[in-house]
Amino acid sequence: MWLFKSSVGRKVVMSVTGLFLILFLTFHALMNAVAVYSLEAYEAVCEFLGANWYALLGTAVLAAGFVIHIIYAFILTLQNRSARGADRYAVTKRPKSVEWASQNMFVLGLIVLCFLVLHLFQFWAKMQLPEITGGEVLGGEEALEAAFSQPWVCIVYLIGFCAIWFHITHGFWSAFQSIGVNNDKWIERWKCIGWWWATIVMLLFAVCAIALTCKFAFGCDCIGAC
Amino acid sequence: MEENIKNNVAQPVIDSKIPEGPVAEKWTNYKAHQKLVNPANKRRLDIIVVGTGLAGASAAATLGEMGFKVMNFCIQDSPRRAHSIAAQGGINAAKNYQNDGDSVYRLFYDTVKGGDYRAREANVYRLAEVSNNIIDQCVAQGVPFAREYGGLLANRSFGGAQVSRTFYAKGQTGQQLLLGAYSSLNRQIEMGNVKSYNRYEMHDVVIIDGRARGIIAKNLVTGKLERFAAHAVVIATGGYGNTYFLSTNAMACNVSAAMACYRKGAYFANPAYVQIHPTCIPRHGDKQSKLTLMSESLRNDGRIWVPKDIEDAKKLQAGQIKGSDIPEEERDYYLERRYPAFGNLVPRDVASRAAKERCDKGYGVNNTGQAVFLDFSEAINRLGIDVVRQRYGNLFDMYEEITDVNPGELANTINGVNYYNPMMIYPAIHYTMGGIWVDYELQTSIKGLFAIGECNFSDHGANRLGASALMQGLADGYFVLPYTIQNYLSDQITVPRFSTDLPEFEETEERVQADLDAMMNIKGSRSVDSIHKELGNIMWDYVGMGRTKESLEIALQKIKDLRKEFETNLFIPGDQEGMNIELDKAFRLRDFITMGELIAYDALNREESCGGHFREEHQTEEGEAKRDDENFFYVACWKYNGDDETAPSLIKEPLHYEAIKVQTRNYKN
Amino acid sequence: MENSISVKLKVWRQANPQAKGEFVTYELQDIPTDTSFLETLDILNEQLVERGEEPIAFDHDCREGICGMCSLYINGHPHGPATGATTCQLYMRRFKDGETITVEPWRSAAFPVIKDLMVDRNAFDKIQQAGGYVSFNTGGAQDANAIPISKVAADEAMDSASCIGCGACVAACKNGSAMLFVSAKVSQFALLPQGKAEAKKRVKAMLQKMDELGFGNCTNTGACAAECPKNIKLSNIARLNREYISAKCSD
Repeated sequence: MWLFKSSVGRKVVMSVTGLFLILFLTFHALMNAVAVYSLEAYEAVCEFLGANWYALLGTAVLAAGFVIHIIYAFILTLQNRSARGADRYAVTKRPKSVEWASQNMFVLGLIVLCFLVLHLFQFWAKMQLPEITGGEVLGGEEALEAAFSQPWVCIVYLIGFCAIWFHITHGFWSAFQSIGVNNDKWIERWKCIGWWWATIVMLLFAVCAIALTCKFAFGCDCIGAC
Repeated sequence: MEENIKNNVAQPVIDSKIPEGPVAEKWTNYKAHQKLVNPANKRRLDIIVVGTGLAGASAAATLGEMGFKVMNFCIQDSPRRAHSIAAQGGINAAKNYQNDGDSVYRLFYDTVKGGDYRAREANVYRLAEVSNNIIDQCVAQGVPFAREYGGLLANRSFGGAQVSRTFYAKGQTGQQLLLGAYSSLNRQIEMGNVKSYNRYEMHDVVIIDGRARGIIAKNLVTGKLERFAAHAVVIATGGYGNTYFLSTNAMACNVSAAMACYRKGAYFANPAYVQIHPTCIPRHGDKQSKLTLMSESLRNDGRIWVPKDIEDAKKLQAGQIKGSDIPEEERDYYLERRYPAFGNLVPRDVASRAAKERCDKGYGVNNTGQAVFLDFSEAINRLGIDVVRQRYGNLFDMYEEITDVNPGELANTINGVNYYNPMMIYPAIHYTMGGIWVDYELQTSIKGLFAIGECNFSDHGANRLGASALMQGLADGYFVLPYTIQNYLSDQITVPRFSTDLPEFEETEERVQADLDAMMNIKGSRSVDSIHKELGNIMWDYVGMGRTKESLEIALQKIKDLRKEFETNLFIPGDQEGMNIELDKAFRLRDFITMGELIAYDALNREESCGGHFREEHQTEEGEAKRDDENFFYVACWKYNGDDETAPSLIKEPLHYEAIKVQTRNYKN
Repeated sequence: MENSISVKLKVWRQANPQAKGEFVTYELQDIPTDTSFLETLDILNEQLVERGEEPIAFDHDCREGICGMCSLYINGHPHGPATGATTCQLYMRRFKDGETITVEPWRSAAFPVIKDLMVDRNAFDKIQQAGGYVSFNTGGAQDANAIPISKVAADEAMDSASCIGCGACVAACKNGSAMLFVSAKVSQFALLPQGKAEAKKRVKAMLQKMDELGFGNCTNTGACAAECPKNIKLSNIARLNREYISAKCSD
């Protein structure tokens, strides 16, 4: 199967899963924005995305997307390292037009992965997982409070968002390049769209994290004020 | 030495095998009556092709397509590196797409005239005839020639012609044509018809019973000599311009394969015909390794000049003023002045000599006094910088990278006229018209040994026109040799494959090994390059653009001394195990020395001026070349006499012109 | 113009493919700034030979930026700090007096070192042999003007065809990927009607060969195009991806 055996195929897999994850992040950010606007509404969203079959199916697909993206990242990185040869360059310089992020996607991905584990542990493990296993289910607001009442969580989250921002600013246009939807004109357009998309989505996330930390850690309730 | 030449009376008869019939029908007649090899037999015949330039790659590919088993040798790491790749301007063909009156006859006529009536008529006609097939062939291969907006092929004009017949691919025509041939070659390699040997250098040819049956080649990576046997050997190893050390040739270009054939008895024809290209970047110092060519196409829009006033020239030489400080009326556009009909587009030899004439009179424009201006101010003022940059932008950039001067930059305005930085150019050794003698079938005087491309002598006479080298290389490789070689091979079908254990192989390899050992064991004190530079200086000073009897005799003496120096004082570090680049260079230098001598012998013998060979004793009052058709209307073939020290003997192949009346070249009106 | 500089050259020396290599530093005095970088290496080699040492092996040939033979990773850049130029077109005026210049071979698993700064780029030939051609035998061509080709397509094909096969893209890529090289050839033929007939076969064969030979996967960093001496564009890689995906999907 060419998707597994050929270099272009492997990149197509990375692109498609990556674009899917970007789509997911967009929905996630919008859902979070609901929490900033109204915790009740957020609770309703959490309720809706509980353990119904649609949500579970969605979660499974999403998880598969993540897993495939991560596994392929490991495979590609290992292959690419060995393609570089045993001897490394003594002096390397990055040409001006090359984004820093593009050469550090794996490291950025690892940071994002660590963040993801923490995030899943704080929310998914307490909200959706118990619904499946039949444990004690935490409501949306309770989970938010448990997490964001500790200020370090906010800092870790902001670092995670930064990593995702870098990861997406390259990953977005790169995905279109890998599936061949690109040319001399569109390359700059995709880069521009990707930059704005990543910036807006990550700002949404950051605003939520900061606002929730203000509320739960410092008692400064700005939620609902906007 | 001259005595040796003159006293040689035992003249073997030269049979150039020109077919019967009027010149326009010779090739058709030949093809109709030649012997062919049937497909089943082709598989049983091996052919060695040495070289992967336009001629070598196209021949190897075509022979492979026909079904022969081909071994193809390349000195570089890939066939695509051959120096044909550096040809910039274009390739001629008599398509007459521009409706400007071109025809096969006119291309033939221009080529013979451009060659100063020293080419073999029948060969040139055939070249003009197949030129059209080459363009068709290359387009079918996917060569991206320049096109008009209507989608049809574009043409430009070139020196020595009054029609636009040059096809081009930006300033990289040679590259695109070579990559086309390389792609066909790759297809045959993939199909198993051609086996490619990269980083191999031919060191000798193996002769069995008077026929070429194989080669000894050195694997440049392991340093080992290897033997290869075949039914026929084709050399396509380019010219000998690097004899002059500084030339526009690539660093690996050498004459060793041709010299190996020459030493084994193949005649070397017209070695004195060396082309000096008028538009090269001038020399900058003694550390220079090669000269860079600026495409001749620049002469389409560029105007060549020096100051009218010698005082201005002196100021330029002293660096007190710049070219752009001199206004239009103070400039001497000497080509336009002397040759109103062709102007800046006169053939290369004429343009080069005119530049030398001005510089010799003291009008040179740089610190060495060895440069003239090539100016685009008029073109930029007429067409705008954008159009000019579109045409020559990459050449301007290249010039700027090397010299730090941007020719498209506005430098001065005098009386409302804009003057842009002019380029500086000077002639440099570029191409060699002489080469291994071949008959109409491209076979050398050794049976089964063929020579194609720049490596042979046949088509350009005493001077080659621009955009004709690519044409000749591809004509030989795609359309001529693959036919003519069958005429030779047709009676070889019963000859079984050869073993490389035969005593002839053994003996030849031992001889080569002994030569290499001898060079390693000199253990003197001079590097290869230092001796090569000295050879280059001798050649340029005494066998260069203007030659005299006296200068040539000095050259012969100096080269003899230099050979002694080489044989007694050379130093090569390292050993023969693995790669030894100094040893490889030394091997080539030995042959350049012999080649240099051969050029001088021929130049001394040819008591006339024609094309790229200019004897100062033989010029008109206006300084134009003066031919002597009565005494020198022949191809000078040189036969090796047993060792490098002994002078070669001259054999003459008289020229016969049927379709063209021999006359004085005239580019004035 | 007559300026001279002194430089230190830190050069990778490796006797043969199996040997362990190391950097050796050489000092060079009074190099005129209008000397090319390769001429500077010539000068150094001349000095080494005078001292009875073996000269540095490096690939070079035409010395006018077209044959693609020269390589060298100079101060962290393939073909040195100049853009749009090969090593042989690099002049010493690009360097400062007293500067240390680090010179390394191309480093990629698919390009093993032969000696010193010389690497084996035969893998590129193998990729071309896998399909970088129009299957067409000499002699059967129709008239060259029989198929009009739009100037835009012809010019774009020409830009792609300008690749000189030097390997700088592989050397620059942190993944050792040869995508720019392969895409340039695939693009040239994909843009021209002559190449259409076997476009699918070609792209699959060339890509498969590239993968087999141990080149890395493209991650679109763009370092290849940024360092390419012939300014081959990244859009070629997008076209290669497109051609490959559509070829595979139509299997």
